[in-house]
Amino acid sequence: MTEEQTKSSPPASNGGGGSNEVLVPARLRSAGFAGVGASLLRLRELSVIVVAVALFAYFSIHSPSGFLSQSNFGNIADFVSAWAIIAAGEVMLLVCGEIDLSAAMTYALTPIVMMSLHGNGLPLFVAFLIALLVAATVGLFNGLVTVFLGLPSFITTLGTLFLLHGITLKISGSNPMAAPTEGDFVRALGGWKWSEILWAIAIAITMQIVLTNTKWGAYTIATGANFVGAAEAGIKVRQIKIRAFLITAVFSGFAGMLDGIHITQSFDPNGDPNLMFTAVAASVIGGTALLGGSGTVIGALFGAALLGILQDGFNIIGLTATTFVVVEGAAIILAMVANTQLTRFRRGAKAA
Amino acid sequence: MTAEQAVSADGAPATIRAEGIGKRFGTVTALSDINIRVGQGEVLGLIGDNGAGKSTLIKILTGYHQPDEGQIFIHGEPVTLKSVVHARSLGIETVFQDLALINTLPVYMNLHLNREPTRGPFLRRHAMREQARRYLDDIGISIPSVNAEVANLSGGQRQAIAVARSVYSNAKILLLDEPLAAMGAKEGGIILDLIKMLRDRGDLSIIIIAHNYSQVFDVCDRVNLLQHGEITLDKKTSETSAEELLDIVAKEYRTGGKLAEGRGRYLAEIRDID
Repeated sequence: MTEEQTKSSPPASNGGGGSNEVLVPARLRSAGFAGVGASLLRLRELSVIVVAVALFAYFSIHSPSGFLSQSNFGNIADFVSAWAIIAAGEVMLLVCGEIDLSAAMTYALTPIVMMSLHGNGLPLFVAFLIALLVAATVGLFNGLVTVFLGLPSFITTLGTLFLLHGITLKISGSNPMAAPTEGDFVRALGGWKWSEILWAIAIAITMQIVLTNTKWGAYTIATGANFVGAAEAGIKVRQIKIRAFLITAVFSGFAGMLDGIHITQSFDPNGDPNLMFTAVAASVIGGTALLGGSGTVIGALFGAALLGILQDGFNIIGLTATTFVVVEGAAIILAMVANTQLTRFRRGAKAA
Repeated sequence: MTAEQAVSADGAPATIRAEGIGKRFGTVTALSDINIRVGQGEVLGLIGDNGAGKSTLIKILTGYHQPDEGQIFIHGEPVTLKSVVHARSLGIETVFQDLALINTLPVYMNLHLNREPTRGPFLRRHAMREQARRYLDDIGISIPSVNAEVANLSGGQRQAIAVARSVYSNAKILLLDEPLAAMGAKEGGIILDLIKMLRDRGDLSIIIIAHNYSQVFDVCDRVNLLQHGEITLDKKTSETSAEELLDIVAKEYRTGGKLAEGRGRYLAEIRDID
C-alpha cells in the first residue's frame, strides 16, 4: 500500500535536485501557499509524510491496544526528538556537501560539561550556555580543519568523534552524572513531558525557513551544488560550510542536554553511538541528497518520525529491536535508490 | 599609442583596450605585444586555435593573470586588474564554458545569486520572480518558467541564463568563452540570438572567444585572429569573410608555420589551467 502511494507521486522522494518547482502549476504556487508557507510543505517531503502516516495507520489498526494512547505518543516523541534536532543540523551539512560523524559525541560531551560546571557552583543556566559554547567550539574546529586544511569532513569528524569521547570520559571519570530535576529551566529543557518534541519541531521549522527563505539557505544549497561556481559568484563558501558545522554541533549538544534531563535523568559519557547514524538516516529518508545541493529539514523531521513510529510500533507488536535495525538499513537503501532513480528518470524525460 | 588604437570607430574611447600585452610562463612566451580594443556596442570575435593563447588573454582581461608587459585601459583610464572580483567591480563579466550556474536552484534564484533582495532576513521571492520574468522577456530568452530548476533546462537555455546573469549584474564588458561549445545548431541559435539582441541594445562591449569562427562570424562586428600568441589579423567582418580566415589558418597548417612553438604554448596553457 505504501509502495503504491509512493509510486503515485513520482517527484516526492526526490533529493537529487528535483523538478518539483516545474511540476507544480504556477498558480498553485503563487496563489494558495504564498511566501513562507509554500516552502514549508513542498512535494519533496510528500512521500516520507505519506509513508509515516501509513505506518501510523497500520500500527493503529494492527497493534494491540495502547498504540493510540497519550503515553505511547510520548514514547514516540522520545524516540524522535533527538534524531530530529541533530538531523536539522546534519541536513544543512549534507546540503553543502559535508557530514558530521562526531555529533553523537558532542551530544555526550555538553551535558557532562554543564553538570561539571554546575557542580562547581555555577548557576545551571550559565553552565548550560557555556556548554553550548563548548559545542560551538567543537563545530568551529570541525569546520576550520575541514575547510582550511582540506580534509574530508568524514575524516575530520571521525577524529573528533574519538577525541570528544575520550575527553568526555576523562571529565566524567567514566561515570554517568545525575541530571538536574528541579526548576522551570529544567522543565523547559525537557523536564516537561512534551518540551523536547516541541523543541525539535520548533528547530525543524526554523531551519526549514532558513534553508528555503534566507540567503544563508540559498548559499548553502549553492555551495553544495557548485562549490566553484558559488565561489565565483562571490559567495563566501568556506564560511557557509563552517556555519553548518557550527550549528550541527550546537544542536547536537542541545539535544544531549534535553535527552538526559528528559529520558534517562542522567548523562551517559558514552552517549548513544547510533544517534548520529539515525539522524543522517532520517535526513536521507526525508529526501536530502547525500551528495549535496538539495535537502529538506521538514523531510528529516518526518524521516525521524517515520523511524520513531517504526521502532515504537515494533516494540508494541512484539518484534525485537534487532528487526528495527534491519528495517532501518533497508529503508535507507530504498530511499537512496528512489532518489537516484527518480533523478535519472526526470533527466531522461527531459532529454526525450 | 596610435590614434587608431585609442579611439573606436565612432570617435569615443574604447570601452576596453589592451596595449602591448605580453605574458610568459617560465621560458615559454604565451602572449607577445597583444593590442586589442572593443568599443561600446561592439562585438569582437577573438579567434584562434587551441594553444594560440586565447585563454591566457581572457584570464588577463578578467584579472585572473597579471600581464608581464603592457597596459589595460577602461574608458581610456589605465587600470591594473588585481583579481577577478576587482575586474568584476569595474564591469568586466566572464561567462566560462563550464557553467557557473547552481543546478539545484530555480532560474530566478540563479539570476539573483548573491544579489538577492530581502525583507528583513527573508528572501523576497515574489519580487525576484517578477524581476526575473520581466528581464528575461526583455532580452528575449524563452524558458518554460523562471521557477524551473536549472538542471531541467537544455544546454542552450542554461548558457543563455548564464549570459543573462552576467548582463543582469550591470556588466559593461562581457567576455564569452566558447559560448557555442558542444551545442547543436538550434541550441547555438539561442545564444547567437541573445548576442545579437545585446549588441543591438548598444550599451555592452562583447568579446567572443571561439576556435570555430564560422559559427560566430555573423554576430561579430570585427574579428581578431590570434596565432601563436600574436594577433595576426584585425578586420571588420564586413571587410573579410569566413573563407579568408579559413585560408589564413589553413596556410598556417600547410606550411607547418610555428607549429612546434605553438605546441609549447599549448603546454603552457594546460599548465595555467592547473
